[in-house]
Amino acid sequence: MSAPTLSTGKASAPPPGYHPRPGGPAPAREEFVRAVRRNVTAHGFLIGAVLCFSFFSWYPMVREFVLAFQKTEDGETTWAGWSNLSYVFNDPAFWQAWRNTALFTVLALLLGFAVPFVVAVVLNEFRHAQGYLRLLVYLPVMLPPVASVLLFKYFYDPGYGLFNRILEFLHLPAQQWLQDPGTSMLSVVIASTWMNMGGATLIYLAALQGIPGELYEAAELDGAGLFRKIWHVTVPQTRLILSLLLLMQIIATMQVFTEPFLLTNGAGPEGSTTTVVYLIYQYAFNFNNYGAAAALGLLLLVVLAGFSAVYVRLSRSSED
Amino acid sequence: MASNTLVSRRGTGSGRTSRHRDADQGRPRTLISPAQLGRPRGKLVYWAVFALVAAGFTLVFLGPLYWMVTGGLKTTQEVVQSPPTAFPSSLHTENYSQAWTVMDLARLLLNTLYYAFGALAFQLVLDVAAAYSLSRLRPVLGKAILGMMLATLMIPATVLVVPQYLTVLDVPIFERNLLNSPWAIWLPSVTNAFNIFLLKRFFDSIPGELLDAAAIDGASPLRTLRSLVLPISRPILGVVSIFAVVGVWKDFLWPMLTLPDPGKQTLNVGIYSLSNGVPQNVLIAALTIASVPTLLIFLLFQRNIMSGLTAGGLKG
Repeated sequence: MSAPTLSTGKASAPPPGYHPRPGGPAPAREEFVRAVRRNVTAHGFLIGAVLCFSFFSWYPMVREFVLAFQKTEDGETTWAGWSNLSYVFNDPAFWQAWRNTALFTVLALLLGFAVPFVVAVVLNEFRHAQGYLRLLVYLPVMLPPVASVLLFKYFYDPGYGLFNRILEFLHLPAQQWLQDPGTSMLSVVIASTWMNMGGATLIYLAALQGIPGELYEAAELDGAGLFRKIWHVTVPQTRLILSLLLLMQIIATMQVFTEPFLLTNGAGPEGSTTTVVYLIYQYAFNFNNYGAAAALGLLLLVVLAGFSAVYVRLSRSSED
Repeated sequence: MASNTLVSRRGTGSGRTSRHRDADQGRPRTLISPAQLGRPRGKLVYWAVFALVAAGFTLVFLGPLYWMVTGGLKTTQEVVQSPPTAFPSSLHTENYSQAWTVMDLARLLLNTLYYAFGALAFQLVLDVAAAYSLSRLRPVLGKAILGMMLATLMIPATVLVVPQYLTVLDVPIFERNLLNSPWAIWLPSVTNAFNIFLLKRFFDSIPGELLDAAAIDGASPLRTLRSLVLPISRPILGVVSIFAVVGVWKDFLWPMLTLPDPGKQTLNVGIYSLSNGVPQNVLIAALTIASVPTLLIFLLFQRNIMSGLTAGGLKG
């Protein structure tokens, strides 16, 4: 690091603007001027990001709340009270979208939460090629989602798709995959897990490497076998990170959009892959009903805020 | 850590090859004890599991990529043939050139590069300046501003898409419509509170004496940032940069909404919107081409990417 060069090399540079007075307290006026100048500089550094946040983050946040209680008819925007919310609640797609989102979340957690943990535990034992295997797991994360998703769409094709070939090879009945309301969501979850499991696996691996080896030795002295060691050492030692990732995944999977949108054009057969976010998208961009979209967004926000609150509490306690 | 006990316990495994010993050297103790692995039965089980997992992983994660690359080399009939062929019966590289011209991949690629590196530049300049100010210059209300930035992490991104889109259609005060303009990608990309948090935490860890010394030497805050803080922060800047580029590269919904003009689309959106109009083999060739840049980034910077993953304070 080239850090300490500055104090010796650039000492001859003239002090720009202000003159520090090392000895004696500065008069109050000068102190004040200096504080103002310091703040002007500091806010000058901040202003770009603050403007971006104001226009594209804070203002939209406020607008989301306002929109949810407004409606626009014939170019005229008026207050709508609770009508957007009641419209959303009475939409038959509403409950289906929540059921689908819950189903996706549960399936995605069964696969996307448990599989990476098991994979990480196994990888952590390997003395060979760990770098290669890690690289493999993370590879799909780096692909553009359109590439992975359209590739999976090709694999899922009931006629010439690879997956039905594999089932045939295993003497299992062929499936309709994305075209069958019974399997469409599972198909989306499988593709999504393949695309995203790398991140969780690597985070688990890092957590596993932080477990002190003495704990395993102590457990062995107590006569613990492989599974008792996992249950009594590995899991409790990584409990915090497990719960943090669980919450992160719940929050992320409940916002799923791209995968079902690309795999089944969003709704899927008989609406079987309509998720909450896809419904928001439909309200806003197919029906031009921004009020309904904002109202549904607000509901999603409330549900996810619960999970986020738990997440923040947990991550606070992890920093202690 | 436990490496001392590990070495002393390992004495039984005298038949190890030197490569094996290297792999084990300084390795912290994990679930399976080295003694157990040293026994013949342990070795057998280890190699059996290892072979199974290594083969399985290669199949599961490289298999689809192999299928993609070779699928792009097959004829239109062969790619939808049942049963499929493991190797293309003859190599049709012209699919790739056809995909390149028919889907106008050069333009999509250039567009995406333009958006990704523009977003990177904006993030590097504005987020680094903001994080430096919040960490070191500590302005009045700095804590409140940081708090409000971090609060945006609590709002699910997809909930904000609709109001953000409406903002892009008509930016308040400036009364500009940013639809189909790269600004619609660049400016919102700056609102990455996680980046600011990462950068600020890194800047916080720089010893204060270094910065005091620079101030006594008369260096302005900008000068200190440029010649002192930034060189020290190279690792974290690398992580932030990679994620900035990859973030734009992988984004789908936002560019689809804000860049509807076919001439301005990103790779993801462009390929998606043309995907129904081209033969399967040409489409697969296009997917392969679209995957190459991020895969290259990954292979070149895998160390930074993987360490950046765990940089978010998620260490157990």
